[in-house]
Order: sequence, then structure tokens, then C-alpha cells
Amino acid sequence: MKLPISWLKDFVDLKDLTVIDIADKLTMGGMEVEDIRFAGLPLPERDDHGFKVNGIAWDRDKIVVAEITAVNPHPNADRLTLCELFDGQIHHTVLTGAPNLYPFKGLGQLEKPIKVAYAKEGATLYDGHAEGLVLATLKRTKIRGVESYSMVCSEKELGISEEHEGVIFLDDDAVAGTPLVDYMGDAVLEVKINPNMARNTSILGLAREVAALTGRALKKPVYENQVKGESIEGRIKIEIGNPALNPRFTIGLIRNVEIKPSPYWVQRRLRMIGMRAISNIVDATNYTMFELGEPLHAFDYNVLAARVAGPSAPVVISTRTAQPGEKLTTLDGQERTLSDSNVLVCDSAGALSLAGIMGGAESEVSPKTTDILLEAAAWNFINIRKTANQHNLPSEASYRFSRGVHPGLCLEGLKRCLYWMAQWSGGQVAPGIIDEYPLPPKQAVIEIRASDIRRALGIEIALNEAKSLLERLEFECELVNNELRIIAPPIRMDIGEGVVGVADIMEEIARIYGYERIPETRMADPLPPQRGNPALEREERVRDILASLGMQEIITHRFTSPEIENRLLPKNAAVPPIDYVRLANPIAPEKRVLRRSLLASVLNVVERNARLSESLSLFELGSVFVPSDELLPREPRRLAFAITGKRFESAWDTRIGVKVDFYDLKGLVEGLLDALHLEVSYAPAVHPSFHPGKCAAIIANGASLGVFGELHPLVQENYDFVSPVLAADLDLEAILPLLPALGHPVRPVSEFPPVLEDIAVIVEESLPADRVEALIRQTGGKTLASVRLFDVFRSEQIGAGKKSLAYALTYQSFDGTLTDKDAAGIRTRIIRRLENELDAKLRS
Amino acid sequence: MLEKLNEIEQEALASLAVIEDEAALEAWRVANLGRSSPAMNVFSQMGTLSKEERPLVGQRANQVKVALEKAFAEKLEAVKQAALAKSLATEQLDVTLPGRPAPRGRLHPATQNLRRVLDILAEMGFQVYTARDVESDEYNFQLLNIPPHHPAREMQDTFYVESAQKEGSYSVVMRTHTSPGQIRAMREFSATNPQNPPPIRIALPGMCYRFEQITARSEVQFNQVEGLVVGESITFGDLKGTLSDFARRMFGQHARTRFRSDHFPFTEPSAEMDMECFVCGGKGCPVCKKSGWLEILGCGMVHPTVLQNGGYDPRRYSGFAFGMGPERQIMLRHKINDIRYFWGNDIRFLEQF
Repeated sequence: MKLPISWLKDFVDLKDLTVIDIADKLTMGGMEVEDIRFAGLPLPERDDHGFKVNGIAWDRDKIVVAEITAVNPHPNADRLTLCELFDGQIHHTVLTGAPNLYPFKGLGQLEKPIKVAYAKEGATLYDGHAEGLVLATLKRTKIRGVESYSMVCSEKELGISEEHEGVIFLDDDAVAGTPLVDYMGDAVLEVKINPNMARNTSILGLAREVAALTGRALKKPVYENQVKGESIEGRIKIEIGNPALNPRFTIGLIRNVEIKPSPYWVQRRLRMIGMRAISNIVDATNYTMFELGEPLHAFDYNVLAARVAGPSAPVVISTRTAQPGEKLTTLDGQERTLSDSNVLVCDSAGALSLAGIMGGAESEVSPKTTDILLEAAAWNFINIRKTANQHNLPSEASYRFSRGVHPGLCLEGLKRCLYWMAQWSGGQVAPGIIDEYPLPPKQAVIEIRASDIRRALGIEIALNEAKSLLERLEFECELVNNELRIIAPPIRMDIGEGVVGVADIMEEIARIYGYERIPETRMADPLPPQRGNPALEREERVRDILASLGMQEIITHRFTSPEIENRLLPKNAAVPPIDYVRLANPIAPEKRVLRRSLLASVLNVVERNARLSESLSLFELGSVFVPSDELLPREPRRLAFAITGKRFESAWDTRIGVKVDFYDLKGLVEGLLDALHLEVSYAPAVHPSFHPGKCAAIIANGASLGVFGELHPLVQENYDFVSPVLAADLDLEAILPLLPALGHPVRPVSEFPPVLEDIAVIVEESLPADRVEALIRQTGGKTLASVRLFDVFRSEQIGAGKKSLAYALTYQSFDGTLTDKDAAGIRTRIIRRLENELDAKLRS
Repeated sequence: MLEKLNEIEQEALASLAVIEDEAALEAWRVANLGRSSPAMNVFSQMGTLSKEERPLVGQRANQVKVALEKAFAEKLEAVKQAALAKSLATEQLDVTLPGRPAPRGRLHPATQNLRRVLDILAEMGFQVYTARDVESDEYNFQLLNIPPHHPAREMQDTFYVESAQKEGSYSVVMRTHTSPGQIRAMREFSATNPQNPPPIRIALPGMCYRFEQITARSEVQFNQVEGLVVGESITFGDLKGTLSDFARRMFGQHARTRFRSDHFPFTEPSAEMDMECFVCGGKGCPVCKKSGWLEILGCGMVHPTVLQNGGYDPRRYSGFAFGMGPERQIMLRHKINDIRYFWGNDIRFLEQF
């Protein structure tokens, strides 16, 4: 909502307040000022005022009101004129090219001088002919042989609007010589109106807030409609179909209007607030809507009167919902097909307008219109909201109606609009107003005590002070004993009753009292029971371990597409039917479902970074989304990671080209699971995304915790990778519950010296290494402190289909120093069992 | 014989004087103190001397041996010193050459800042409560005092999930804020003791989703951290005090805050907490868009309807809630002007944290 300061002044005295003061009050009071555009008034001198500011100030001495007394032709140019002009002190001849001065050319001394905005030499203005807003200073020059040093201004040059076709013709009350800034200097605040402040989508609404926030009086409009002619009582009738959709409908009439442009000040205000000026009658409806907040609609009364059944029959205005498929041509010329939730305003001959949103073409005000039937009505805001969205018809009226306009505003809006119409068109307001009000909203009544204020805000505000704060916003208050009885004013739809009403009132008290005046305190309430979040703590631990293993965490979009996830399958493989959680309104086809695979997300990022780094080690931890039979999907937590590229980063003297392989990845898997103190085993696994010979499952208690391995070559082909990618896809829902709750057992450390020894055995190639190690450990028992495989070796000498496994063994006792004989005994038992049970041969 | 010993001593000392390195010194030791050196030969020839000469020559021979050994030790020390001095003087590395890279892992900047926020809140007594990403319309909107078709829904552009429709609109959404967690938490806690529900002080972190185009300024997903306090004596003054404390912990003890009125359907009174811009100190700069203030979080006293929906009687309990965007804080702090960096996961961005 745009708020011109000059208009605000109609309703509240702004003496001693700067534009910045007003912006500040509104912003702190919940109506954030997003920017300020100056058009005449002086810009703030300092920068640290906290607002975005633009626009132009008008120099008091150089930009003044002047009057043109004659418009003469230019000797050398048809499209230019020379104006005789008086600036209050001196007479000038001023060169202009304004098309709206042509009609006066050569008429000699004008009977009635034309009042204009006049800029003298040295004045700073916007260049009226430049694209956008370009500041320029007026300099003495010669145009086609005639000297020029000053100009008559358009709105664009003064920063009022984009208008630059003609110069401004001021109203008659402008006095030559007056600094223009005193006559109409302005600034426009762009005010953000939150949904709970629908009442403030008007100048009067914002003025009420400014008055309340500054403790000043609100000057409501004072005027009287002079009525003339036949009363409309009995001549016009209203029939409301459904009061829930149309709680109130009021009608007035004005006769013998002359359709013509509005006074200049009206046009200027409308343009400053973002509306086009059209004609006095249409402008009056718009002006009143901005002034008071009540949208209005003007019908050509004679069109309606001509359609009634007989000469003495009244005009009957009715409201009803449309027949499904019913058609209406709105005044933008479009034929619209309606649905049965759309509300129509009709007469006996048919539909006239789409209620609260847009008028119909048939009864539109035209240049020939003389009598106006004026509608001010109230509508159900949800219904208007739906209809405006359905027909994609955002308008200033639907903007207001769809946020809620209190039916109490109808009558005031109607009268005020008739007043402006009479003022600007010379018409006569007909006696009588037709007012159907079947469903007045109940005005909320709330009772509060001083303790309510203390409890909510933490401060003492006496009830009589609260009363005066609320009365500034036109709440009706009565202090009885220790209770304040409050009735919401008939402009507000946002105040509830009971506990909700109390909260609503507390907000109003705090807002007007000033949030900044409420002291900061520390909570005195007891600390709640401490529960912690063990699941999250475990996840954070996993993140820390992976980072300590040198991995980079990534976080990706949850939105993806089945095609992107299917890249996990070998090229040309059949795609199994997988059910996804689907978005109803995706922003793009590649973001239309929720991910089911974290591995797919990680591989996308590997691909994106493949050429940016010689090695990558990335992990992501988060939810995937699985459709379920319930309303909401399951959101299991998973972990995926991937490595690729060089095993060691290059340095200036080392260029080791070795690339990571399965065992680098397994080292990370083991590093993670060791750090989590999980006992697991590994088994060959088959998974479509992985190389069949280079894939393992992690097993604990017979269940799989996840798989890892080298990506299948046909999967790698789906991506633009530089090096083979090794990846792991783990199920955190299975892993995290296995973590020891209190702490893993820690082995004691022996004080006695260890005996170190290596043994190498030759076994069948097909024998998994972990079986050899398991047997060594089992045989070595407590005395065998550690077993480490340090070499795997194959050669012709050993024989085809065989491999040599070399282990470094550490024997250590807690009871005393081991002798060589003790060690030899254990060694002999180990070798014997390896030979007997695994067909191993000791390598000499 | 004594003269010969004098000669031996003088010659040996003379040849020692010119030695400069350890190898020559070792050769000198073998030649002059070795088993077959002239001085040692004197000892082996003692038998050929007369009884009278023997003690004199023996004493003298010992003197020569001790003198040569001492001279050798001194020379050895001198040579070593000289060698060390030489090596210290000549072995100069280019210390500006880069070191060999040590592998380093990192957490995503969003995780880093999320932890920072949660750590500070934890010290202030807020425990972390996590809730789901896909929510029902009921929890995301209705129970938070946002009925269907309410104008407040326009404040939050919503992703809908294909699901059963109710009155023409989808009943499942991607959560637009972490606030549905407020209802889930309140209901969970109040169920433990419906007559006397326990007080609440929780932080609700999580990914939220808004239906927007992805541009430098807008993203379809972003983290939010929300705080919720419910108790029997919680006031708006407590809200201001707690959040100003938080701002000082998060941004430094000098951080100045202001609270201005705002609107959220689930709080009343509602406020926006601004912080004086830490880049320009309030004078106005591009980071604060010339306003001098940075919007840090939205907050307010929990709406009675929301308390009621959570199982807390609003006549007895009150509370406050607040919500902030951790990624926005990172952007402000590091002057990042493209929000797409966060989920773009370009390694060149991530490695800077």
C-alpha cells in the first residue's frame, strides 16, 4: 500500500514529524515501510535513518507555481510554443513543446490563466525525455533561435509519475509565486500490509495508526451530502440471495453528472498511489476506496432503468451464485465462464458484475452516462479470494475484499463517494439510501484485568492507561471496577473473543505502548525435564567421524526425478517399478519427486565436481522418502558416501598416480564402524549398482547394514566421471540402534613386554582372508594381543590358484613376561590348526 | 730417547694443526695414537732401555700420549663444531614451498552453523526436537491457526504432495516451516500428563520447503531453527530478553537488537527481531540494503489457539516461539550473495569453510 504524506495529512496533524519519523513509527508498529519515494519534500539530511530512500526534492526558490497568460507560436518550429508566464514576481517567455498547450496557441491573452509548475534556471529535475529517471539541471540554452532558461514541468520531470506527454495544469487554488513544494510537495511510503491489518489498506486506516502511534488526534472526514430530486426509496430494491456470501448491500444514486476529468489534485493523488486517473466518476470510486478502504462500483443507472419490466417497476438489484457455465463479459472485454461458487450482482435482466471483483461491460459508466447507481457491498472474503484466483483477476477491489472489509464500512464509503462525485461532476445526490444488512458481524467483546497485561507482557500498565491506548484505535472501552470491558470497533474483523480476544488486545496494547518500552527479562519459569535427543546425537557423531576420516559433507536437494535416480541402474537394465512421493506442483520435471536414494544424490555431486579436484571424498546423511499406506510417507535416515580419484593428493615433489580402490573405501567403512564400536562382518554381495566382484555387504546380527563397493562399469557409464567411483549406501535406521548406549568395553593394557612374530601361510585363492584371521585369533586366545595382515602375495612359485597371507602376531600376557618357549607353543598350535582345518601350508 | 719423544710430540702436534675434516683426523689418530704409531712404539721398546732410563722415558712417553690425546679431543670438537657451523650455514630450505597436503574433512557450512545455533540454544536450556519433512496440511497450517484459504497462506508458497484431496486441495504438503513440530512436541509432552503438562523449552531444526523458482535469492529448500518455550509465567519481556541474549551469543556481545511489531498467525503479539548491521554498524550498507538493520528472526507469544491445539490450556500456560534461517546468517556473515551455493555443493565453495 502506497501512502502519500500529503494525503495522510488530511486525517492527522503531522506538525514536527519528519517523513522518516512517520516511516519509523509505522515500521515499529507492524507496518513495515519498504521504501520512501520523495516527490518534492526535502530528503533526509543524514544517511543513518534506516530506510531505502529515492526521489527528488523541489528547490523552494527555483520550482514555483506560475501562471501562463498567453500561448504564442514559435517563429521557427510548429511543434513548439512560447508561453507568456508570470512566476509571481517576473514575467517570462518560456519555450515548451507540451502538446496540451497547443489548443491555446494563438488565442492571445487567455481569459483564465493556466496554473502550472514552473522550474527556473539552475533547478534540478528529472529529464522528461530520458529513459528511466535521470537527474538534470536546467541550463540556459538556445532552441531554434530562441533563448530558453526555464521550463514548464510535466509530472515525470517532478518525480510524481511517469507522465511526460504534457505539462501539469494545476487547480485554480494554486497561487503564482508559491514554492511548489509548499503547494504539493510530497513523499510516498511503500507500506507492507500484513494479512491481519486488512483495515489499513486505506489512507484513513494508516492515518488512524499514525495518530495512535504518535498520540495525536485522528481527524475523520467531515462533509455533508446535499440531496436533491426524487427519493430512491421504493424505486430501487435489493434482494440478497445468501447473506453468508453477501452480508450487506447498499445503494445510492446521483443524477445529472457530467463525465469529465477529475481535478488535478485528485489525479495526482491517484497516480501517486499507483492508479490511473480515468474520469471523475470512476476516479471517485477509486479515490474513496483508497481513502476509506471500501471498494465501490458505479453502474450506469439509465441502462438498468431501461431494462425493468415496466415504467413504474423498481430497479431490483439481486445477488446470487452463478449457474455453472453461466457467462459474463467483464469490463476488460473478456467473456468469462463462471462456476457455482462465483457470486453475481444482477438486475431483472441478468448479471451485471462479478461481485467484489469486476464490473460487467453492459452497465459500465460511459462518457454519455448521466445518472449513477452506486454500490457499496460486503462479501465473504474466502469466496472472493477463490473467485479472484479462479479467474486470475487481481484488482485493488479484490485485493481488499479477499482480505476482509468490514461490512460496517459500506455506508460511509457510499456516502463519501457520492460526495466526491457531486463535487467533481456537478451531479445531484438523490435522497435516500437503500441498505440491506441481513448479517451484521458480531463485534467482539473482551474483558481484561491488569493481571492479564502483566502475565502476557511482563509489565505493569494500569487499566486506565490501557483504555486510552485502545481508544486511540477506536476500541470502545469501559472501566468497571478492576475490569476493562472492550468492544472492537466496526472496522475490525481480526479481533476474537475469550482467550484469543485477550491475546489480540495484548498485541494492540503492546504495539501502541511500544515494544521498545517493554524491558528485557530472563525467564523465571522452571527448566523443563531434560530429555536430550539421542538419535540426533548419534547422527552428529557419525558426521564427526566421517569428517575426521577426511570426508567432505554435502547437502543436496530433496527433490529429484525417477530418471535421475535410475542412473544407479546399469545402462539398459530393466527399471523396476518404484513408487515415489510425488509433488503436485513441482517447479521442474527434474524436481518432481522426493528422493528415495541418498547414493544417487551423492553421485550427482561427484559428477558435478569430477573435474574440479583430483580426488573426491563426499558424504551425505539425511532422509529419503518412502510412500506408505498412511497419510504421510516414511522418512528413513540413510548415509551414503563416495570416493574417486587419487589416493594421495599430489604435492610439488610427489606425484603418486595410484587411484583409490575397493580397499580404500573399505578402510573408510571400517574406520566409521570401528569408531562407532560396532562388531560387524563383511560378505560378498550382489547389488545392481555395483561391480559383481567388488561389492560387499556389512552384516551385524545376521542383518545387512548396507552395501559398498566399486560402481558397476555400466553404472559408471551413466555418469560423466573421470575415475572409477567407489561408493557406500548405508541404512542408519539399522546402524544407530546398535550403538552401545552407555559405552563400549575397553580392554586393559598389559605391563609386560610383547613377543612379536610373523607367520606366512599359503592357502587356496578362494578362501576368504577373514576365515584365516578368525582361526588365528580363536587359537591364540587371550595371549594373542593382535593380528595384522601385512602382505598378500601370489607367484608361480607358490602355485596357481594359491595365495600367501602374511600376518604380524603380537603375543602378550597379563601374568608375566612370555618366554620364547611360550610363544613357540602358541605358534605351533596356530599352524597346526591352519594346516588341518584350512588346508594351509606354512611358507618357509 | 727423550729427544725422540720430543720430536714425535712436535711432529704430531704440527700435523694435527693443519687438519680440517673428520676423515683426516681419524687418519691422524691411527697414525699418531694407533697401536703402531711412533709414540706407541716407544712403549714397546721400553725393554731395550736401561733401568735408569726406563722410568724417565716411561713418564715422558705417558705425557706425550696424554698430550696427543688431549690435542686430538680438542681438535675433534673443533672439527665437529666447524662442520656443524658449515651445515647450518649452507643447508637452507625454501620455507615458502607449500607443505604436502594432509587430507581434511569438513562438515557442510549449513551443518556447521546449525550446530552453532543449537549449541548456544542448548546452553540456554533448549533441547533439540526433530520432526518430519512431509507434513499434513492440518499440522503445517490448520493447527497453527492458518485455516484453509486464509490470506496468511499467501505468505508461504507451498509444495503440495500428491495425496488424497480434501475440498479440492491436497492434504499433504512439504513443511513450509518447522512450526508443525511445535504441535507435535506439545502434543507429545502434554500426553505424558494431560492434567499437568510439563513446561517446554525446545529448539526445532530442519529443512523447510517453499514453492519458488531457484535463483540467487530464493531456494526451494532451506533450514530453519525454531524455538518454543511454554510455561506458567512466560512473558513478552522474557521473549525479548532471551532472544537478545541469543543474538549477543551468536553475533558478539556488542550486538544491538530491536523488536518491531509483525504478524504471524501462530503467535500474538508477534514481532520481528532486527539486529544492528554488523558490517556498517547501522550506517547503511549493501549487506543491510541501506537500512542499518538486519532481519534476524521472527518471534512472538504463542497464539492461544496453538497452545490449545497442543494440549496446553492458554488460561494457565503462556509461551513464546521464534524462527530463524541459519543459511541466511552464513550469507550475512560471509557476504555470500548467491543462496544456490548451499545445495549446489561445488567443492570450491565447500572447501572454504
